[in-house]
Amino acid sequence: MTFINLMAREINCKIVYYGPGLCGKTTNLQFIFDKTKPTSRGKMVSLATETDRTLFFDFLPLELGEIRGFKTRFHLYTVPGQVFYDASRKLILKGIDGAVFVADSQIARADANEESLDNLRVNLAEYGLALDKIPYVIQYNKRDLPSVMSVEELRASLNPDGVPEFEAVASDGTGVFETLKAVARLVFLELKKSGA
Amino acid sequence: MVNPHTVMYEAELNRIQTSVSALVQAANAKCVFVVDKNGQFIASSGEVENMDATSLASLTAGNIAATGGMAKLLRENEFTTQFHEGKNAHIYIQLVGNRVILVVIFDAKSSLGLVRLRVRKTSDELVEIFEQMAKKSAEPGGGSAFAEITDEDIDNLFND
Repeated sequence: MTFINLMAREINCKIVYYGPGLCGKTTNLQFIFDKTKPTSRGKMVSLATETDRTLFFDFLPLELGEIRGFKTRFHLYTVPGQVFYDASRKLILKGIDGAVFVADSQIARADANEESLDNLRVNLAEYGLALDKIPYVIQYNKRDLPSVMSVEELRASLNPDGVPEFEAVASDGTGVFETLKAVARLVFLELKKSGA
Repeated sequence: MVNPHTVMYEAELNRIQTSVSALVQAANAKCVFVVDKNGQFIASSGEVENMDATSLASLTAGNIAATGGMAKLLRENEFTTQFHEGKNAHIYIQLVGNRVILVVIFDAKSSLGLVRLRVRKTSDELVEIFEQMAKKSAEPGGGSAFAEITDEDIDNLFND
């Protein structure tokens, strides 16, 4: 739900990074945080366990500049990836404007990817939303690891609709901003459509 | 099929601002915030200079969402009130009209009873303001400023 403040001339959008446990959602946000000028971002809030696993969410507010005289603010959230945190995962999707599915490219995580993507569909449906109707991109992360699936294999199992997709190594930043830019673009196009 | 936008208009924002400023005075609070259930900051008043309003808004909304999840498990509709007591600062959180969240931060200069009492009046005012705003927001043309966004506008956002 894009939040438009006509008095302050601001647009606020919510992007949620979804995906199986340890796929690199937090790493995406951490890289964006590290590489963005402090004047363009707020604090990164991480509600994590003692072992640095996301417990509830990570949150990073970003300012991208002006569009048509409006300041654009993106609120980036990650969900906890571990299967048993489903109740909290669902809550984070409330008010979503765009989704990034971060897939783990490793062969051993093929089932976990599919399960998480199904879970995203189910949880979105609870808010009356469908993945093919909202701004949505997919990121194939960990491309630098040895035993990974080919992009064709990943595409066949996770991206049959051909949404924008990006290869990434979130730990060194490869593909991270490309992914963010793509989902932001789709959010603005949606805003344009609805404002017409 | 994305959720409809929430559009905040100047007239209503001014009324919200007046209402929360009055609450700061009446409740003897340090500061008051209004945030929406999705974690967006709406308004604040009082000693807010050293507060990270964006993080506070996001965490409050997460808190309300988690509490709402617990309520569902107990077959309750919502838990509308929360109170967290610290050593020096206390925080009182009130869900208003199931739409926005009123956050009151206070210290020993005030009391839970006084805050609770004053929040009731402000909640009623806010319910009325947000109902009016929702009606206005639902009218066509709320986001019309963005109908003319071009690809170039979007590219320009990412230039640096």
